[in-house]
Amino acid sequence: MKQFINKFYYGDIPESNSGNSIISTESKTDWPLWEVFLRSKQGLDHKHTGSLHAANAQMAIENARDVYTRRMEGVSIWVVESKNIHASNPDESESLYDPSNDKIYRHASFYQLPDELKHM
Amino acid sequence: MSALKEEEIFLKKIEEETKIEPKDWMPEAYRKTNIRQISQHAHSEIVGTLPEGNWIGRAPSLKRKLILLAKIQDEAGHGLYLYSACETLGITREETINDLHSGKAKYASIFNYPTLTWADIGAIGWLVDGAAIMNQVMLTRTSYGPYARAMVKICKEESFHQRQGFESLLVLSKGTTEQQQMCQDAINRWWWPALMMFGPKDSESTNSDQSMKWKIKRKSNDELRQNFVDMIAEQIKFLGMKLPDDKLKWNNKKKQYDWGEINWEEFWNVIKGNGPCNFERVAARKKAWENGEWVRQAAVAHSNKSKTK
Repeated sequence: MKQFINKFYYGDIPESNSGNSIISTESKTDWPLWEVFLRSKQGLDHKHTGSLHAANAQMAIENARDVYTRRMEGVSIWVVESKNIHASNPDESESLYDPSNDKIYRHASFYQLPDELKHM
Repeated sequence: MSALKEEEIFLKKIEEETKIEPKDWMPEAYRKTNIRQISQHAHSEIVGTLPEGNWIGRAPSLKRKLILLAKIQDEAGHGLYLYSACETLGITREETINDLHSGKAKYASIFNYPTLTWADIGAIGWLVDGAAIMNQVMLTRTSYGPYARAMVKICKEESFHQRQGFESLLVLSKGTTEQQQMCQDAINRWWWPALMMFGPKDSESTNSDQSMKWKIKRKSNDELRQNFVDMIAEQIKFLGMKLPDDKLKWNNKKKQYDWGEINWEEFWNVIKGNGPCNFERVAARKKAWENGEWVRQAAVAHSNKSKTK
């Protein structure tokens, strides 16, 4: 089966903006790529830790256990097929994140209070 | 945005130690250099399991067998971290693996040497993993984000590899005369190939210069090699063994060891594919890939079938 793969597999960025071209590849088996998220301990968030190929979600979880939790790194695993992850465009980071720079009143340190007022 | 502006932004990031991420613009040569280096590194992890796998069935005790199995499983995992990092640069896993099988891609030459005795497994852990760690610690600061993150994971796991190797040799060095000789013999055979792992001399290395500018590499081959000699020359004292180099001597003025000369003819010869095990290693990888084909197909068939249910 002839298959076209977006170079980065995930995200919404058109090829022309990401500085890459589409490549094609012949593959007999084409196991999809999965992103792996681990909860390192109960009460903490799942965090991205890596990726792997697997035929389905169950296999992805089993492989993630073998590869990413050999030393008690996790108590819970999420796997998401990489093509389902939508990412912001690095080229737009200025317009996306700059507006928060001039809103220093959103930080607690902006407010000058008397020293006598402890613990606030 | 114009390409010139893109390149400016890229170089500024390198300058400011901001990591380059997969979707950021990067020069094509930067991408290619990273693909070459990361895939080569991944292949080395995978091929590196072969000489060690040779001793799983012959490990001298259950404890040593478990340790060796755990180490080999780690190496396979390291290969995966690196293949994944490589894929973010726009090359598929299969292409990367095909390049290994066709001989287009290289792997660390050290794995083209055979493991003749049990002591070789200790020597590999101490010297070969030790040399790899020098390189990998540097690479945790490499400029390409996914590569740097893979390296952080690998370094965390790798220190057990070197320690178990040294400890295994330590036991032999306190054993019978025969065991001591076996230990010394393994060190004799692995020392020079381990030094060759750092690559050609700085004056002859074709890839280093641009890699340093782009901060893919942070230290030169000779610099890392010297650090390694200085470290091992001290550690070997605890084993009561000797490194096979008559010229090895502490230089008080330079505050480092002086040492002999690598046999560069041997170095290039093994790289060109004429080492003791080059053919065997690639043949073993191809066989594993081909024999695994039905498993990969069956997994896809199973997955497709469960979707239609």
